[in-house]
Amino acid sequence: MTTDVVRLTHGGGGRMQAKLLDEVILPALGARALGAADAAVLDAPGGRLAMTTDSFVVRPLFFPGGDIGRLAVHGTINDLAMAGARPLWLTLGLILEEGLPLDDLRRVLASVQAAAEECGVRVVAGDTKVVETGHGDGVYINTSGVGAVREGTRIDPAAIRPGDVLLASGDLGRHGVAILAAREHLGLEPAIPSDSASVAEAVAALLEAGVPVHALRDPTRGGAVAALQELSDASGCRLVLDDAAIPVREDVHGACEILGLDPLHSACEGRFLAAVPADYADRALSVLRSVPVAAGAVAIGRAEPGEAVVIRRLATGVERRVILPAGEQLPRIC
Amino acid sequence: MKHLDEYRDPALILRQVEAIRATCTRRWTLMEVCGGQTHAILRHGLDELLADAVELIHGPGCPVCVTPAETLDQAVLLTRRPEVMLCTFGDMLRVPGALGDLNAARAAGGEVRVMYSPLDAVALAREHPEREVVLLAVGFETTAPAAAIAVLQAEALGLANLLLLVSHSLVPPAMEALLADPDNRIQGFLAAGHVCTVEGAAAYHAIAERFRVPIVVTGFEPVDLLAGIHACVEQLERGAARVENRYDRAAPDDGNAAARAAVSRVFEPVEREWRGMGRLPASGLGLRPEYARFDAVARFGLVPPEAIGDGPCIAGQVLRGLGRPTDCPAFGRDCTPDTPLGAPMVSSEGACAAYLHYRGEA
Repeated sequence: MTTDVVRLTHGGGGRMQAKLLDEVILPALGARALGAADAAVLDAPGGRLAMTTDSFVVRPLFFPGGDIGRLAVHGTINDLAMAGARPLWLTLGLILEEGLPLDDLRRVLASVQAAAEECGVRVVAGDTKVVETGHGDGVYINTSGVGAVREGTRIDPAAIRPGDVLLASGDLGRHGVAILAAREHLGLEPAIPSDSASVAEAVAALLEAGVPVHALRDPTRGGAVAALQELSDASGCRLVLDDAAIPVREDVHGACEILGLDPLHSACEGRFLAAVPADYADRALSVLRSVPVAAGAVAIGRAEPGEAVVIRRLATGVERRVILPAGEQLPRIC
Repeated sequence: MKHLDEYRDPALILRQVEAIRATCTRRWTLMEVCGGQTHAILRHGLDELLADAVELIHGPGCPVCVTPAETLDQAVLLTRRPEVMLCTFGDMLRVPGALGDLNAARAAGGEVRVMYSPLDAVALAREHPEREVVLLAVGFETTAPAAAIAVLQAEALGLANLLLLVSHSLVPPAMEALLADPDNRIQGFLAAGHVCTVEGAAAYHAIAERFRVPIVVTGFEPVDLLAGIHACVEQLERGAARVENRYDRAAPDDGNAAARAAVSRVFEPVEREWRGMGRLPASGLGLRPEYARFDAVARFGLVPPEAIGDGPCIAGQVLRGLGRPTDCPAFGRDCTPDTPLGAPMVSSEGACAAYLHYRGEA
């Protein structure tokens, strides 16, 4: 390329756009990934399909433990996994801001490709648009994903029953705090890395081991509290968390104490919560712990009969209701 | 977590609760002054554990909550000037004034920056010499030193584009006003440990003596809070009324002289309005005449609109400890953290928000 930043002409449909595609985007994603056709034609497996879409507008683009490219792949894969599906294909929509250094674009694309390869999914279609300086934040990405649902899998939060055990696949709240720390230059040393990762392998292991999973949720925006409240609303069960069992990394805990945040309100991007019948809880945990991304899996609570609320039971025996954050987490001021 | 877990140890908490109950021959009414303490009490359920021995009422120690609507309206007016970049703490964005809140002002095109330290405003003023950077400086004795240092830094750097909209408040005058109120029910105070890390405990001696009330400097973790409560009820049972420091691991009796020096160089005590409590003499900080050039109100000739009434909101009574959040007809119905009618529902340190958050009562 003769220029080192994205220009509006790169989105104009002319020679410059062809050069961007041929010299930057397609090579980064693997020559065979995307054909020149308007639509990818794919051989569908038998049975039911899961489909999802998600847009990624994270700032900064690059952060400890990941970047927008990895996140765009993991986020959509995880949404498919929460339906009990094996992820197959992704689309990649790029909205680039004029002036974005091409090196940054190359880094993002390399991440997309690496993450897709690690997760065994293919990027089969894509689109690129360029917007004027000031009308974007470097790169916005949309990914849609299609996955194959395993025969006989019925994941449905309404199936949660009193007695079910709630599992967390690892430490909670890390991604939100990592981004906040990077964005606000909080200067935490060492930096807290995002947990951005695919959980598809862990979910597959759980289902293949024959655990009759009632519900799966990835606690992204709104954190574990938002995910648990959805599960509670859908099932009509009272969900009681054992406060002492909630896994939070020491550095995340420390940052939350400083900022006045609750780790349970902070997003994860490589974790999920599961509700399983009590008889299967031990088996589920040992299966999960055998998969690296879920090595830190623990039981965090239980579904009980009662009204649909989320409760944190403290070690002193006091029960405190847990409610959704208003919108964004606000730091406290003294 | 090290340096934290030992102050949240459940077995120790339960032992302390037992000791407090064994000390009390009657139920005492204590006020914790600081919103951070209110938050911790509700978060850890200390109110429930102690219910039959101690009534904890929640004081006006949430800086967001006591900031007058007038100041917020002045801030909103500032955001309507294209040259102004307003900086403040995140909690301030959702507090309603007569002109709406700062979130709405931001959505209307005003530039409002959330900062974590007043020194961030100095950095912004350096980066943006073409803009007027206004620091909405709120908080008690604990945040005033950082605001003072921001002014001193701006002075040293020769920055002419850093201005302050000052609404700092001082705790001891508010405690005196509460005790002088004929409706007062407070029998003992848990004084805010953080304030004492700056100010020391000296300011409290006169109050304890004049009003015959024990004042115990208290920390913010459950074990600290219970130690403060225990010391307070022990004094009450003995008929004592003195100042006691049960947070000396963080708050030395004489405070932080360097921080106080910075504050008194830049600011002086002034009368100010407390939301819900009215005008209290010498209860706020204003810029000294030699730093008047940093005053945003004077620079822009800000005249706030007439204040609005509080409607059904009983924030005033809550802030004086005369009513509980749950006494308010709007609590949890018309007034929620998403649609706050009063400041105590906004701030993470406000009593109403703490009740809704941890007890889920409506």
